[in-house]
Amino acid sequence: MASNSSSSSAQQRLRIIAGHLQKRPEDEHASVAAQECKAETPRSNPSSAAPVPKRRQEIMKWNGWGYSDSRFLFNKKGQAEFTGKRYRLSGLILPSLKDWFEGTFGANLQHKSPATPTVNLSAVAPPNLNEPFIEDLKAAGVAASHDPEDRVFRAHGHCLHEIFALREGRIGRVPDMVVWPSCHSDVEKIVELACKHNVCLIPYGGGTSVSSALECPHEETRSIVSLDTSQMNRILWIDEKNLTAHVEAGIIGQDLERQLNEHGYCTGHEPDSMEFSSLGGWVATRASGMKKNIYGNIEDLVVHIKMVTPRGVIEKSCLGPRMSTGPDIHHFILGSEGTLGVVTEVTMKIRPIPEYQKYGSVVFPNFQQGVACLREVARQRCAPASIRLMDNEQFQFGHALKPQVSSIFMSFLDGLKKFYITKFKGFDPHHLCVATLLFEGDRGKVLQHEKQVYDIAAKFGGLAAGEDNGQRGYMLTFVIAYLRDLGMDYYVIGESFETSVPWDRVLDLCRNVKERIVRECKERGVQFPPLSTCRVTQTYDAGACVYFYFAFNYRGLSDPVHVYEQVEHAAREEILANGGSLSHHHGVGKLRKEWMKESVSGVGLGMLKSVKEYVDPQNIFGNRNLL
Amino acid sequence: MASRALYSPRHPMLKKRDDFEDILEERRRSSDLRYALRCYTPTLYRGLVPCKASMLKSIVLQSDHLQYVIKQVSSESGESTEGVSEEASLILDEMAHCLQLSTIRFFAFTLSKAFKRLFRSVCVNEEGIQRLQQAVQEHPVVLLPSHRSYMDFLMMSYLLYTYDLPLPVIAAGMDFMSMKFVGEMLRMSGAFFIRRSFGGDKLYWAVFSEYVKTMLRNGYAPIEFFLEGTRSRTCKSLTPKTGLLNIVMEPFFKGELFDVNLVPVSISYERILEESLYARELLGIPKPKESTSGLLKARRVLSEDYGSMYVYFGHPVSVRSLAEGKINRSQYNLLPRYIPQKPSADTHEFLSDAAFRLVRIQEENMVLKPWVLIATLLLQNPDGLDLSSLAEQTDWLRHLALAFGAFLDWPDHEACSEVVSCSLALHRHLLSVSAGHVQLSVTDVPQVETTPEEAVFHQAVVVLSCASYRNQILHVFLRPALLAMAMQSANSNRKDDVYNGFNFLRKVFSNEFILCPGDSVQDFEEACYLLMKRGVLQVLEHEIVMSASGHSTLAFLSSVLDPFLQGYQVVCRYLCEETNENLTEKEFIPAVRSFALKLILAGRLKCYEALSSDLQKNALAAFLRLKAVRKVKVGDQVTLKVNKVAVNSLEDILGGKIPTQKPILARL
Repeated sequence: MASNSSSSSAQQRLRIIAGHLQKRPEDEHASVAAQECKAETPRSNPSSAAPVPKRRQEIMKWNGWGYSDSRFLFNKKGQAEFTGKRYRLSGLILPSLKDWFEGTFGANLQHKSPATPTVNLSAVAPPNLNEPFIEDLKAAGVAASHDPEDRVFRAHGHCLHEIFALREGRIGRVPDMVVWPSCHSDVEKIVELACKHNVCLIPYGGGTSVSSALECPHEETRSIVSLDTSQMNRILWIDEKNLTAHVEAGIIGQDLERQLNEHGYCTGHEPDSMEFSSLGGWVATRASGMKKNIYGNIEDLVVHIKMVTPRGVIEKSCLGPRMSTGPDIHHFILGSEGTLGVVTEVTMKIRPIPEYQKYGSVVFPNFQQGVACLREVARQRCAPASIRLMDNEQFQFGHALKPQVSSIFMSFLDGLKKFYITKFKGFDPHHLCVATLLFEGDRGKVLQHEKQVYDIAAKFGGLAAGEDNGQRGYMLTFVIAYLRDLGMDYYVIGESFETSVPWDRVLDLCRNVKERIVRECKERGVQFPPLSTCRVTQTYDAGACVYFYFAFNYRGLSDPVHVYEQVEHAAREEILANGGSLSHHHGVGKLRKEWMKESVSGVGLGMLKSVKEYVDPQNIFGNRNLL
Repeated sequence: MASRALYSPRHPMLKKRDDFEDILEERRRSSDLRYALRCYTPTLYRGLVPCKASMLKSIVLQSDHLQYVIKQVSSESGESTEGVSEEASLILDEMAHCLQLSTIRFFAFTLSKAFKRLFRSVCVNEEGIQRLQQAVQEHPVVLLPSHRSYMDFLMMSYLLYTYDLPLPVIAAGMDFMSMKFVGEMLRMSGAFFIRRSFGGDKLYWAVFSEYVKTMLRNGYAPIEFFLEGTRSRTCKSLTPKTGLLNIVMEPFFKGELFDVNLVPVSISYERILEESLYARELLGIPKPKESTSGLLKARRVLSEDYGSMYVYFGHPVSVRSLAEGKINRSQYNLLPRYIPQKPSADTHEFLSDAAFRLVRIQEENMVLKPWVLIATLLLQNPDGLDLSSLAEQTDWLRHLALAFGAFLDWPDHEACSEVVSCSLALHRHLLSVSAGHVQLSVTDVPQVETTPEEAVFHQAVVVLSCASYRNQILHVFLRPALLAMAMQSANSNRKDDVYNGFNFLRKVFSNEFILCPGDSVQDFEEACYLLMKRGVLQVLEHEIVMSASGHSTLAFLSSVLDPFLQGYQVVCRYLCEETNENLTEKEFIPAVRSFALKLILAGRLKCYEALSSDLQKNALAAFLRLKAVRKVKVGDQVTLKVNKVAVNSLEDILGGKIPTQKPILARL
């Protein structure tokens, strides 16, 4: 879509982001704030106010994914549509989604399972407040709230069981209080006071966790304080000589990207959750972005991290690009999942916005060929910014999200394409699969690169299938979470999970895990075959990242979430038995803790424990993730 | 589900078995030629990777696994990789099958003719076939038939052809290869040939295992092999081998297959073709080498009546569910999968356990004919029985066997005496019947004078032939019989003492019978349960008491195992009395045999079964295991060193002279 305009590269980039993300009609004056933190005085300029408000529930769903104004629904005619104005898909009709939905899940639009519309505030337990702590906090001038809505919003991530419970109006243990530091020194004060008064702190960034990491531990008896970093969202400086930016860790992905774009830069870190997830959260979970082939994963992107721990602040003394000073202390922080402290500021690499960006897609006769092609691309180290391979089920899923075609000519063209692939080329529509591609760089190189990749693909029987298919593939990853909410309106629950695995085991792992899911569902009385699908989302020299979607129709089950959890557990066991890792980028949280020892050995776990013991002997950061 | 059946506590009376259909009925009605030429459209595995037999060879030769081993062998031996590759290719040529439908059709025609002459009926459980049809589609299948006769694998392929199932490829011993024409015919009907021993030959093992795994992974065809490794000459199930089982399970362990279905198949014969051949072999009368001319001579067998044959396809056993909680598959994560890995101790234990259980399933689904009961009784009464008393006792035994869960095929609505006389007629060559008195005896006495030794051997052939039928039901009586023997030798009724005796006997006989290692408590409880249910015993908290009416049952049960007990005692006595320092392993069997022969000629031994080389081998294996005998390698000879004290006390315990007590057990 951006391929034919070559005007201002910054503008182009903006449109790309706006393309799969948010539409922003009015101009933002998001300026780089290099001033000193003045926590005592509230911010005066409303136009530079945080894009993420303290009362998030005002713009975001309290019991589902994303913005309140954006959701899928089946209209009166039974057609699926996506509401709101934020996304490319917004306001469009998706004519084939209904058939796909009913056909895949055996669901029926007559059978609805609506969510509780509003929070039942009486179900929220009264806060267990630590008064001396509150006194001191007030004195320090840190914003705080114990409003039940604020607390409920920060008591969960987006695991299925968390959202399912909210939809049913069930509310478990929630934080007793929310605090909003506005800068590093605020955090230092909060942590100091928490230690002094023995209060449990749970850092909260974007709230997009899918590992039960934000769940309040049931056994916690102290007052639990959710530390919301959303107000620490400024870019403190940009260093164009070294191509680095120093950023407060509470900034969310899309704001960071937008603000850097205004200066002609980007980080290139685009995890699927980038609309909502925060920089600090990326660091704390070892996040991975879809364009890591060019920009690297979060651990490659950070140059310097500042974290406040109960023992004090941990940081390196310089901004050198690499150091040999014993084990890298960043690696105690990366992936610590909020158990050691709060990441407050990060110096991060930035890059000029690429001149040119182009989507693409390749159809393969079957998944095996597709994986072989990705392997070859990785071997030749010529992976585009992103290359993903969807299996047949996901290909069909993607197809169901095709918006209504406006002209007869377009639908004729679609028919012709289909005919060419299935009849002329002899691809079996029930086996073919598609790889989606995203190229970035200067125009000449992109075109050259594109040719190289398509040539490799051709060796594995791949046929170029157009930019449109590619772009739709990426859109799927941004709307999938919205789609889950739609499913949950009609007795369908599901989730995604991921792993990383050596190349030679990719196919076996995909097949076995998918089959295990189907089998476990059957054994547990799920009446319809589940959706069990996967895609290879990242390529590495020595292996790949594989992402699974799994969803089923739960009508007739008395405890669907339990069934879901059992199946997911079995699927994880299967992944581990097939040589897959416990997690590639979602993290461990509390959901996958039981496998930590097996994954990193007893000694490894002991090392991590001893770090925790030294850094946080009082267990102030008591979310009980990971260890 | 399949695995649950495998591990569930056995409740014999509740055991439900499928009904049989006679497949020869249809054959007797319609044209064999049309049958042989019929349209054959087998159900296929859904993950099938289509590939030809010739392609198979190149896939195997180019596999990472084989390439790795070739390089390894070449660097170890100094030979060039080309040379080693060539060698591998030759091994594969020697091994590979070349399954052809035309050959199968030829066999379908000729075997139809042959089977109709040999057998009255060939009965198959069609529900088992349906289950197999299902299983074949879902996951690669491994067929595990019992092995009693050369007929077994011909029959398997014949049946699968009949029921439109994919034709199996069959692991066969190399000995067939020497039969020029037949070997090639078998090859074309799906047999592939493995050398009997290739112990340390890495290359051979690699070619062989890769060949089998490739066929399994691609879903090329069901793999068929015999867990017992060879034909059982005694009709007792043999201790299973785990090598091939490991090969077919490894693709699952390594995640290359989601699952593998193991299908135990029980093939039983009312009368075994090789009956007297086996008896002679056991007595050391050398087995004629398999040769085509030999087979032609065997045409004589075609003119005789072999009664019915039964093939029972058991429930498919999923390797995945078998291994659940027993095998940690992530142990294979840290090594590239093409590098051969010796099975870990856990895996070994699992394989052996699985193999034993599969053989037990085979045993349990083996059809038993009334003759088996009669043979048991005749062996216990060497002087013969009156027909009426035989009928009466057979009926009694029938009820006992049924209560213990035997899969007895007893004709409906027929008087017991009728059934008995029918059975006697079919097996008349082992019997003499005169004036209502039945006795095991030599029927075709040669005209020429015979030496006393020869006379003993003639009688022994009859006894061992007959024993091969009794052996078929041993698995039904085994556990209660061990308990009966343990009670006899224990001086007290204390449960502990009885259990100790039971456990001791179980240990001694674990080469002789299929006793799953580690199941001794379970077996003991099962035996108690069966005998209690039968009203023979009362099992109290600390005591086991015989009921007033239980005497005859216990006496019967312990005499079932008596020949084995006596046989082992003979071996003990031989080891104590006769051995010199330098007894080699090779000399052992002939020496024990002549020792036993002497005892029989002297009238000091009545038990002809002591002459059986199978029993002697098993006894030796047991004594080696119990460390009463040691193997010592001297030069290229293996000699046996006997611990006479230990052997002596073993004999005493077996003879009931000393009760089994812990200190003695400990000393063993």
